[in-house]
Amino acid sequence: MKRHLISATDLTRDDAVLILDTAEELARVADRPIKKLPTLRGRTVVNLFFEDSTRTRISFEAAAKRLSADVINFSAKGSSVSKGESLKDTALTLEAMGADAVVIRHHDSGAPHRLATSDWIGGCVVNAGDGTHEHPTQALLDAFTLRRRLTEGPNGGVGGDLEGRRVTIVGDILHSRVARSNLHLLTTLGAEVTVVAPPTLLPIGVAHWPCAVSYDLDSVLSKSDAVMMLRVQRERMNAAYFPTEREYARRYGLDGDRMARMPEHAVVMHPGPMNRGMEITAEVADSPRCTAVEQVSGGVSVRMAVLYLLLGGAGPADTTPADTTRSDENGQPA
Amino acid sequence: MSQTQRTLIRGAHVLGGAPGDVLIDGGAIAEVGTGLPAEGARVIDAAGLVLLPGLVDLHTHLREPGREDSETVLTGTRAAAAGGFTAVHAMANTFPVADTAGVVEQVWRLGRESGYCDVQPVGAVTVGLEGKQLAELGAMHDSAAGVVVFSDDGKCVDDAVIMRRALEYVKAFDGVIAQHAQEPRLTEGAQMNEGVVSAELGLTGWPAVAEEAIIARDVLLAAHVGSRVHVCHLSTAGSVELVRWAKSKGWNVTAEVTPHHLLLTDDLVRSYDPVFKVNPPLRTEADVLALREALADGTIDCVATDHAPHPHEDKDCEWGAAAMGMIGLETALSVVQHAMVDTGLLDWAAVADRMSARPAAIGRLAGHGRPIAPGEPANLTLVDPAHRAVVEPTAFVSRSRNTPYRGLELPGRVVHTFLRGRATVLDGELA
Repeated sequence: MKRHLISATDLTRDDAVLILDTAEELARVADRPIKKLPTLRGRTVVNLFFEDSTRTRISFEAAAKRLSADVINFSAKGSSVSKGESLKDTALTLEAMGADAVVIRHHDSGAPHRLATSDWIGGCVVNAGDGTHEHPTQALLDAFTLRRRLTEGPNGGVGGDLEGRRVTIVGDILHSRVARSNLHLLTTLGAEVTVVAPPTLLPIGVAHWPCAVSYDLDSVLSKSDAVMMLRVQRERMNAAYFPTEREYARRYGLDGDRMARMPEHAVVMHPGPMNRGMEITAEVADSPRCTAVEQVSGGVSVRMAVLYLLLGGAGPADTTPADTTRSDENGQPA
Repeated sequence: MSQTQRTLIRGAHVLGGAPGDVLIDGGAIAEVGTGLPAEGARVIDAAGLVLLPGLVDLHTHLREPGREDSETVLTGTRAAAAGGFTAVHAMANTFPVADTAGVVEQVWRLGRESGYCDVQPVGAVTVGLEGKQLAELGAMHDSAAGVVVFSDDGKCVDDAVIMRRALEYVKAFDGVIAQHAQEPRLTEGAQMNEGVVSAELGLTGWPAVAEEAIIARDVLLAAHVGSRVHVCHLSTAGSVELVRWAKSKGWNVTAEVTPHHLLLTDDLVRSYDPVFKVNPPLRTEADVLALREALADGTIDCVATDHAPHPHEDKDCEWGAAAMGMIGLETALSVVQHAMVDTGLLDWAAVADRMSARPAAIGRLAGHGRPIAPGEPANLTLVDPAHRAVVEPTAFVSRSRNTPYRGLELPGRVVHTFLRGRATVLDGELA
């Protein structure tokens, strides 16, 4: 694996499967009374968030803490930090504090890449979402959920990929870092991706992406093993990306009727936060076919796996718990 | 003229042709021939060197007044001389904006004091570059600076009526409007060329149509009012087609291309390194090839650097926060040699045309871009085309270092530059 995780394209098929498998092992820790492992004791993980985020930040924080890392949360929001100098100076400060890993969310596409390729910082960099570029751990947790849901048998697909699975991503593809990372990771894992959106919300150049493109949601529903609904910001309609919320919901929203036309095994995914009534109706959001909550819980395991593999080692996780007194049920590594 | 002011350039390939001698006496060329006597003259051994008329840049940001942290008239003209230029047009987007006779005269005077290169100020088209009210174009023309070229460069004169009036108004004194063609609504928040790479990188796109739509409108306006328009830093294959069409109609349209748009593509943005952030943005390979072809066939009249110095901190940051622009005075000729001469698209005589004669003609600059002939002003550049070197930003004369060519090996080296007979660069060093 590479030293940093900036883009889903940084991962080979084997890297991605290793992360997912490691996450499965680490997920079992969450079921134990004591959820902490000693793996990253003495290591420092900085959560560097230049943009508001609740779920991603607490997910990374929980992941790092369960691995016994020291966690520093650095929120560099808006006007207090001057633009331009901020990233470099902040990075130099973190470097001086001895950060082993920097988990960065930034409003500018490419900021994590810049951090990783500059000489500002020595630790590894994990992209927690940059502008409209990528959000690779979101794609990993989506793949984690997908593999569990779409694989028959008791081991939930461990060791395997998503070969031949058909995943449809619907919504604001143009502005979505989730869509970009998912496109790359799903393709790496062998899935077939279709993106669906009004033409205004697809990037110029989408024809070069390794996926099918459709403007018509209804035509692809029956051929999808998973439908991933993206959040669509209501403000987009002010920039004429679509006429009204109602029209968007009618043409591209997922409601009960549309869900009924999906294959029986197919799942509905959403990275959150959801705009109920916009891209997804309450009926769909609350149905057992919707994996939104599972995605969140898988997120902690996947982020633990990423931090473990980047900071710890390249092999399978040692899931010996952090406490010295072991109970029988959580005593042995998986 | 005293004998100390005589210089004999011996054995230079004049415009890339056969070796010959040029005798400079005072500020002018006295004699051109072979085997000229050296008697009493300083002799420059120019064997292997190509002799060109001093280069003329239609598009230079000297940053003074206001941003002396990135460049001054003095440092910028020193960089220009080092790059083989004897005249530069100083763009108007300074602080304060060069939209009055007072500011353009200040820049003009600073240029005279520097002595390294003639500085011809460009005046703003509109007050404060705001695009709303015409600046006092006549006053700037009538000032000591004698402004002929007007531009809101950095911003587009996007209001069609303002553009029309400006084109009409400058007819009174043979002025030209140099348009930064960028439809503002189509480029809000734009970070790079819109296309395959922007889709992948998640950076807001700057579509080719935003440039082409303005060029189409402006050539039609220029034709309608019978004025002349100059297109700054043309960057797309579509823009080339529009200019070609306008010229085929006989309309008074000229265009420039930057060295970087002749060489670099938007693939470089994958690095997210802001040295590649520029406006208009780096385009695609197909655009680069179309621009080279257009420069070769004369559709594009000239090369202009768009030398845009920025302080280190404005580039040592994330892409979105970085300033747009790259320096280019000291690498222009090398890039043109690499992209146009070494590829067989232009010979040296044509380089002299595109980098000296034509820009001087567009700017109505008397004394520059002249033939190398007796009686002409001795504004001359000698370049060693066999020299190759890796670009090292710390070696630049410019106050800024924001070059996109760091680490790239480029051909050609400016060895000597003469401004009206006086060496501004001698043996590769500023004189």
